[in-house]
Amino acid sequence: MSVLIFVETNEGKVKPSSLEAVAYGAKVADMLGSSATALVLGELAQEELESIGGYGAKKVMHAADSRLNQINLLAYAEALAQAVEASGAKVLVMAKSSLGDPVAARVAGRFKAAFAGNVIELPTKEGEHLKVKRSVYTGKAFAYTILKGEKQIIAIKKNILAIEKTDAKATVEAFTPTLDDALFSRVKTVKVEKASDEISLPEADIVVSGGRGLKGPENWGMIEELAKVLGAATGCSKPVSDMGWRPHHEHVGQTGVKVSPNLYIAVGISGAIQHLAGVNSSKNIVVINKDPEAPFFKAADYGIVGDAFEVVPKLTEALKKRLGK
Amino acid sequence: MKILVCITHVPDTTTKIKFTPDNKQLDKAGVQFVIGPYDDYALSRAIDLKNELNATVTILNVGTSETEPTIRKALALGADDAIRIDAEPTDSYFVAQQIAAVAKQNNYDLILMGRESIDFNGGVVHGIVGEMLGIPALSPIMKLDIEGRVAKMAREIEGGKEYLEAELPLVLGCQEPIAEWKIPNMRGIMSARTKPLQVLPPFAEDVLTETDRFELPPPRKECKFIDPENVEELVDLLQNEAKVL
Ligand SMILES: Cc1cc2nc3c(=O)[nH]c(=O)nc-3n(C[C@H](O)[C@H](O)[C@H](O)COP(=O)(O)OP(=O)(O)OC[C@H]3O[C@@H](n4cnc5c(N)ncnc54)[C@H](O)[C@@H]3O)c2cc1C
Repeated sequence: MSVLIFVETNEGKVKPSSLEAVAYGAKVADMLGSSATALVLGELAQEELESIGGYGAKKVMHAADSRLNQINLLAYAEALAQAVEASGAKVLVMAKSSLGDPVAARVAGRFKAAFAGNVIELPTKEGEHLKVKRSVYTGKAFAYTILKGEKQIIAIKKNILAIEKTDAKATVEAFTPTLDDALFSRVKTVKVEKASDEISLPEADIVVSGGRGLKGPENWGMIEELAKVLGAATGCSKPVSDMGWRPHHEHVGQTGVKVSPNLYIAVGISGAIQHLAGVNSSKNIVVINKDPEAPFFKAADYGIVGDAFEVVPKLTEALKKRLGK
Repeated sequence: MKILVCITHVPDTTTKIKFTPDNKQLDKAGVQFVIGPYDDYALSRAIDLKNELNATVTILNVGTSETEPTIRKALALGADDAIRIDAEPTDSYFVAQQIAAVAKQNNYDLILMGRESIDFNGGVVHGIVGEMLGIPALSPIMKLDIEGRVAKMAREIEGGKEYLEAELPLVLGCQEPIAEWKIPNMRGIMSARTKPLQVLPPFAEDVLTETDRFELPPPRKECKFIDPENVEELVDLLQNEAKVL
């Protein structure tokens, strides 16, 4: 049962969540007595491709087609489906993301493959099949699910595996999927708007989020500064993005981005159940709120009852000193 | 212009999830069920398009008779008619098969649904349907306008958005802020009672996953409170106890 891992890149680098998927896929392959191959779409430096071997993939299939440098859901799904066929993979592993989900979906439809998303542990073997633990009800529960298809697709949540990197280098093989031009023209990308020099929220190990307690967008400077000192991404509660204080892609929760960082710091957020649903798999939660009764304290590991406008600047200063910044 | 909106029937977002004593099923006692919040966005946009473009909106739900109150709510918001596939929605592939079968018989210009359900959060039904129908499926869509046969969309990506254009027919997984959530009015509620709701047997029976057990997360440890005058203590704890700095 060979394993194929779908690898996403960003600005010439493999995304950290995809490196985790590679490490996960390699462990699954070990368990199955097989080997792991990674698939990379679009142009990427040879060195970067080889380094994927350090995370456990023996081989990298590389489709250096420049048309794939820009994300295109239909073309990506087609290329991935062809790679599944070419490699004879029975298990497909990827990171859950706004690219991974829709691409995995098409591949599942194509091959009648069993799919499990939000997987949070390595699988176990259940006879012929894999059994996974996945997060359901938006993080409020877990399900143990057996994948019964002949092909099985696993999309993993972030931060579920400690990754050890070695100096091993993967063998890189050119892969040339047949991609009709029509695939690229059927859906046209008109424009991409991306905040630069910002740490991506789903990828971040530390997240600093602000809620309505911050009173207005003009006060986000202190959240950004705290995030900068920590090398963290910034997030917010739903009303904050609804009111346009922050961009929508920062909205965390049941109807927003689900995060599972090592550290989540919530400032001036009440901790409504819909917000908690998106953050409850964070390893450590720090809550700063002036209301000692705020429900968020029940989900927190560390809490400070106090005014954010006094606490946050002090905390930022203390961190700066401690981290030597 | 014909729009199909696929809705899920899920526990209200404030529900504390519990399972039956054998941990095999959700304990539905006292749980209020609602239209999936992401599906609600899809439905709201469909109703706006109905008014803008003189479209028809059909609701589709895969579910047992339990889901009919949820379907009626969707009709109360302004959809024209509904189809219920009489089956337990066991997994994404199964549900997608039912949607694709209905779509093949009716030639919809647009098939809208939420980006994911809030029970199993799979986020793949739209894509499987698109593949089964051989048409593009795009998700998560946060803006949608129709000009002639062309859909103009914004899709959320990590740290931003991309603007896309594609010709109909399309399958779209929707999320906010594609439209404002709507609240049904009295007239809508009254007329929903008499709108046609067709019940069909399932078209195919392929179920590719089987959940044998559910589990609740372990309770979190008590929160450690730190004096706001002594934030250094928090820094210590984060560095030495949590080891995250
Ligand atoms: C279907 C549905 C889906 C939803 N999905 C989401 C979701 O995905 N994400 C989400 O976040 N919400 C979601 N919500 C909304 C959610 O129910 C809450 O309304 C929201 O999380 C509240 O945001 P908040 O905590 O920022 O604001 P508030 O509830 O207004 O809380 C503000 C908090 O700030 C504190 N505060 C005020 N001033 C200060 C100060 N100076 N210093 C420190 N603390 C201060 C207050 O004590 C209070 O606890 C959803 C709601 C529904 C109905």
